[in-house]
Amino acid sequence: MNAKTADKIATAVFYAIAGSVILILAFLLGYILISGFPKLTWQFLTTTAKAFTAGGGIGIQLFNSFYLLLLAMLISFPIALGAGIYLNEYAKQNWLTTIIRTAIEILSSLPSVVVGLFGFLLFVVHMKMGFSILSGALALTFFNLPLLTRSIEGSLAAIPNLQREAGLALGLSRWETVTHVILPAAVPSILTGVILSAGRVFGEAAALIYTSGQSAPALNFGDWNPFNISSPLNPMRPAETLAVHIWKINSEGIMPDASAVSAGSSAVLVLAVLLFNFLARWLGRRLYHRLTSSTN
Amino acid sequence: MDKIKEKLQQTSQATRSERRGRFISFLALILILVVVIAIFWFVAAKGLATFFQNHINVGDFLSGKTWDPSVKGANGKPEVGALPMIVGSFLITLLSALVATPFAIGTAVFMNEIAPRNGAKILQPVTELLVGIPSVVYGFIGLSVVVPFVRHVFGGSGFGILSGTFVLFVMILPTVTSMTADTLKSVPRYYREASLALGATRWQTIHKVVLRAATPGILTAIVFGMARAFGEALAVQMVVGNATLLPHNLVSPSSTLTSVLTEGIGNTVMGSLQNNALWSLALVLLIMSLFFNVIIRIIGRKGELR
Repeated sequence: MNAKTADKIATAVFYAIAGSVILILAFLLGYILISGFPKLTWQFLTTTAKAFTAGGGIGIQLFNSFYLLLLAMLISFPIALGAGIYLNEYAKQNWLTTIIRTAIEILSSLPSVVVGLFGFLLFVVHMKMGFSILSGALALTFFNLPLLTRSIEGSLAAIPNLQREAGLALGLSRWETVTHVILPAAVPSILTGVILSAGRVFGEAAALIYTSGQSAPALNFGDWNPFNISSPLNPMRPAETLAVHIWKINSEGIMPDASAVSAGSSAVLVLAVLLFNFLARWLGRRLYHRLTSSTN
Repeated sequence: MDKIKEKLQQTSQATRSERRGRFISFLALILILVVVIAIFWFVAAKGLATFFQNHINVGDFLSGKTWDPSVKGANGKPEVGALPMIVGSFLITLLSALVATPFAIGTAVFMNEIAPRNGAKILQPVTELLVGIPSVVYGFIGLSVVVPFVRHVFGGSGFGILSGTFVLFVMILPTVTSMTADTLKSVPRYYREASLALGATRWQTIHKVVLRAATPGILTAIVFGMARAFGEALAVQMVVGNATLLPHNLVSPSSTLTSVLTEGIGNTVMGSLQNNALWSLALVLLIMSLFFNVIIRIIGRKGELR
């Protein structure tokens, strides 16, 4: 076989592979959105779930997902920011930095179920916090920290050294340079990283099954005092999120319309991830223009 | 005069904020290190209790074929043979990586070398989006599409290693593809130009130059995908059938380390042997994840040297 024929055959094979991958991916997205779309009514999104009869909604689960996401982000962002700043601005090339970088890498590659089990052991059992939103948020923090730290470190590293030198030349300390010069310049890309990691946290389930629990007690949405047990804001109540809900009704549920409810919930999850993706890109670009007053 | 001297010799506001800021950010970093050490400490302490407190032989644990911790076996010791789960996990991981690799490399090559304009325009955003799709969604699709399909074509219940492989294949495909595409992108342009200038066809350039130069990166991408497949819990648990038996074929219900863990932890009492045995499975999972990490490092170092 001469080289030209081989080249043509190979090209055809590559087209076939890429075509089939596109087909698989298109089928995947299409299946989720098409089978879930009829379910997406206001009623489905806001009513409570029913365990034994058809027609339940995902209202509480949806709220729990967002609340848990918010708490997890509130806890993990300051830590990741501090760690990112230290790694990029202060850390010297020594054994400690190497160990910490390795630790971050290991943490990011740990199976999320192991992180969840650790959260279960430490918070739910040892600290007696029970299955609660707080335990879940802390487990999600561990899950989220390595990626967020690396993304923030990357955002800081992308700021040219000229900016640091300019800050120091003006007589600012290093910390002042970081907080007044480097961080504002890095805000757009830090924000993009935060929103992208929010998408990941939003869909996480394995780390939550044994930390925030698999039950969604009824909530009283008129009561916003975080110390009342039926208040949506109470961080010590068990909270099943949307992703856990999908797993639960498919593996143990006896709900007659389980597959329709999971189709609807899956569509919501995927749409949320899509939304996070677009939001990250759009906001990042917009903020960049705003802060740097670039024109294109 | 003294006031000025005092003021000059005092640490300034800026120095103090510098120290404070540096200290706080250092604490944040140390916290991450502490978390990692704590995870290893807790899981190891729990996982090793099976061997030290309940006196189960490590060899029996790793090679035993019966998993039924609440029942005593012939030798008077509880049946905690983890082999079915270990085999299940490895089989699913290897098979899904085996299926995903050609597709991922093919797609990445297509995006970078064959149709850089249109191919990348469609495939790049889609793969990026698919990386972010929650694993339960993959599990749900596996349950409602893959399992009936496997049942229809191969018979049996449809639950088993094969369904798990299909689900994980689709799940790790975007990750491996986008990592491979990044590696191909980093192969310098003049490699290709030199090869083409020597009269090589595009295919010859791809498989003799580009893929060779990108081998370490591609291997890293594959191992990364395997690590993800090995640690995936819920998507697999939903389609694998959850029977703690050695898989005798690809469509018989079986189980993985992660699936047994997600099923069992809630149904056992803390501190009992049944519970400790599950933690030992988690320890195996942890060690394997470390192992994948080490492999990635070795590949990275080898790739650097060339």
